[in-house]
Amino acid sequence: MAQLTQRAATFQRTLSAAAFSVSSTRCLNTASTSPITVETSLPFTGHKIDPPSRSVETTPQELLSFFRDMALMRRMEIAADSLYKAKLIRGFCHLYDGQEAVAVGMEAAITKKDCIITAYRDHCIFLGRGGTLLEAFAELMGRKDGCSKGKGGSMHFYKKEGGFYGGHGIVGAQVPLGCGLAFAQKYSKDENVTFAMYGDGAANQGQLFEALNMAALWDLPAILVCENNHYGMGTAEWRAAKSPAYYKRGDYVPGLKVDGMDALAVKQACKFAKEYALKNGPIILEMDTYRYHGHSMSDPGSTYRTRDEISGIRQERDPIERIRKLILSHDLATEKELKDTEKEVRKEVDEAIAQAKESPLPDPSELFTNVYVKGLGVEAFGADRKELRAVLP
Amino acid sequence: MLGVLRRKVACKANASALEQGIRVAASRAFSSSGKEMTVREALNSALDEEMSADPKVFIMGEEVGEYQGAYKISKGLLEKYGPERVLDTPITEAGFAGIGVGAAYYGLRPVIEFMTFNFSMQAIDHIINSAAKSNYMSAGQISVPIVFRGPNGAAAGVGAQHSQCYAAWYGSCPGLKVLAPYSSEDARGLLKAAIRDPDPVVFLENELLYGESFPVSAEALDSSFCLPIGKAKIEREGKDVTITAFSKMVGYALQAAEILAKDGISAEVINLRSIRPLDRSTINASVRKTNRLVTLEEGFPQHGVGAEICASVLEDSFEYLDAAVERIAGADVPMPYAANLERMAVPQVDDIVRAAKRACYRSSSLAASA
Repeated sequence: MAQLTQRAATFQRTLSAAAFSVSSTRCLNTASTSPITVETSLPFTGHKIDPPSRSVETTPQELLSFFRDMALMRRMEIAADSLYKAKLIRGFCHLYDGQEAVAVGMEAAITKKDCIITAYRDHCIFLGRGGTLLEAFAELMGRKDGCSKGKGGSMHFYKKEGGFYGGHGIVGAQVPLGCGLAFAQKYSKDENVTFAMYGDGAANQGQLFEALNMAALWDLPAILVCENNHYGMGTAEWRAAKSPAYYKRGDYVPGLKVDGMDALAVKQACKFAKEYALKNGPIILEMDTYRYHGHSMSDPGSTYRTRDEISGIRQERDPIERIRKLILSHDLATEKELKDTEKEVRKEVDEAIAQAKESPLPDPSELFTNVYVKGLGVEAFGADRKELRAVLP
Repeated sequence: MLGVLRRKVACKANASALEQGIRVAASRAFSSSGKEMTVREALNSALDEEMSADPKVFIMGEEVGEYQGAYKISKGLLEKYGPERVLDTPITEAGFAGIGVGAAYYGLRPVIEFMTFNFSMQAIDHIINSAAKSNYMSAGQISVPIVFRGPNGAAAGVGAQHSQCYAAWYGSCPGLKVLAPYSSEDARGLLKAAIRDPDPVVFLENELLYGESFPVSAEALDSSFCLPIGKAKIEREGKDVTITAFSKMVGYALQAAEILAKDGISAEVINLRSIRPLDRSTINASVRKTNRLVTLEEGFPQHGVGAEICASVLEDSFEYLDAAVERIAGADVPMPYAANLERMAVPQVDDIVRAAKRACYRSSSLAASA
């Protein structure tokens, strides 16, 4: 009992210190790193490969950081929803809430030297790769402190130094690009891997199979991760794919089906996949996951699925609730401590939004910057070329 | 000394008119090295030298390796650099163009070959959306030092699906650089510049030029040789009418200029070399001198390269024009197969001569009454 109080006191001190920091880095580093073994809730299913064990090694620190990171991601996405409705975010906004376990589990298994590339539902992956809340919100609102200086928008977040290559708007294009990253890693003898993420909608794209064929021919360290949230925009997987067993679609390429709502299962699968890909070439991971929001902010998400289905998943499989239960059942923190973490995370998000709102729109001269790396002193024109022109440096 | 100056000047971004004059003079002074080279040899040697100089450069495409290149442009490179740097791909343009762009994101310098640019349409999303726009969308984080190269435009008797010119399509896209060499010096200098350039470059070759021989200067044979991107070359000076052309059409324009000279018309032939950036200042300076313009291209006329040049000259040099701009382009039809129809579908030297003459006899009345 005394031990618990002491641990709680340390915890609370760390929390209040953290309340003043705006970064999303893990601050629960006074928690223990002694190993715990947890069983994943579902076994893995393998295609042409023996799946890894259901027993996952983790630590209290890791579980607490999973909770915090996922809570942060969840809060960020919900705040983005409000900002979009307030018309501070324009255009497209594809939210990831429900799928957080994939981003967080993956990060736990890899390093920043491994690469990740994904499609347009990229806000949380960006955060996982080291992106800050300020960079994310400022980019969403098109301000100069955004990660792409306001010139990309929701679908074009990047963090090259964190191994995050975007942020792509064309469905499926990111998969050959990801195989290209893996090609370059192998060419450079880097001993790292690339995770090329795509959805169940993109899984039918021809270019995916073209890239997979070459990745297999050349033994590229490419891991194709299908985030199967069961709906490609408004089309359910069974209406789009003759075979929705996406982990089997690689045919000669082995695959693993993973419970994508279980961060530990995701971690185990990604660790397994990385070891495999470095030795043998490509592997497919199918993450069985779910998005609570519609495809984007213009989609209510309830015309092609029932509200019961959505609330059912929230009840039974929510990734944050799962970790919460695990933490509580292992006595790693109290309910109040976890609620405090959520409050703290909410405050962090609110502060980042306030700061992002202060960030100005990009300077008009930015219209013409970054068209080229080397502009050669060439002229570029605005709508009225006699009125608006610039020399590209 | 002039040679040293020329090499320094050749790769500089903002060459002034003076430097350009030196370059024109130098090219004439140095053109007689006695050595000739085919465009094929020029491209092959450029690839070889750039691969030798930078281990990040690699070639990827169909038949580039064991087959020695569909048009033998990459001959000998597999033997010299090995299968890790010269990669034969399956017939999957969207896939390998995407893989090339991804490798460029990581920092490698891919040279992706399309067997012809007609097949680039299968990969065009990667050229435009994944390559051209990335530096802008990422505000400079993700640069794409890639070259997409291959034969472009009409060959001989290959029919509608294998004959399209893509200069206008790629030339309209911000974020891309688009080059079109004519001579062997162009091929060497521009390909080397393209490979060294940090931005995505579309390099439009011409199958029928591969076997043509051109004299090359000692300058051009040096492994450090490169030509500036965005600068046109005055192939032939003249004072009566300007003819702009690129790729194979430069040869036709030069032939037309010979014929026109016999009729007392001195034509200035501009080899564009660069479709994007377009060398508007060289074109306009020439038109301000000659007051007449014929644009020449092999591709479809509507929304073509000539249309852009026309517009540019109207905007910048309207008062200098003594005649309406003439456009000679490919016919507005898919390329037919029958030899006589094919001949009618692409510009011939006669067409260029006729248009130049029209441009020269059009003015009279206004000038007379002034």
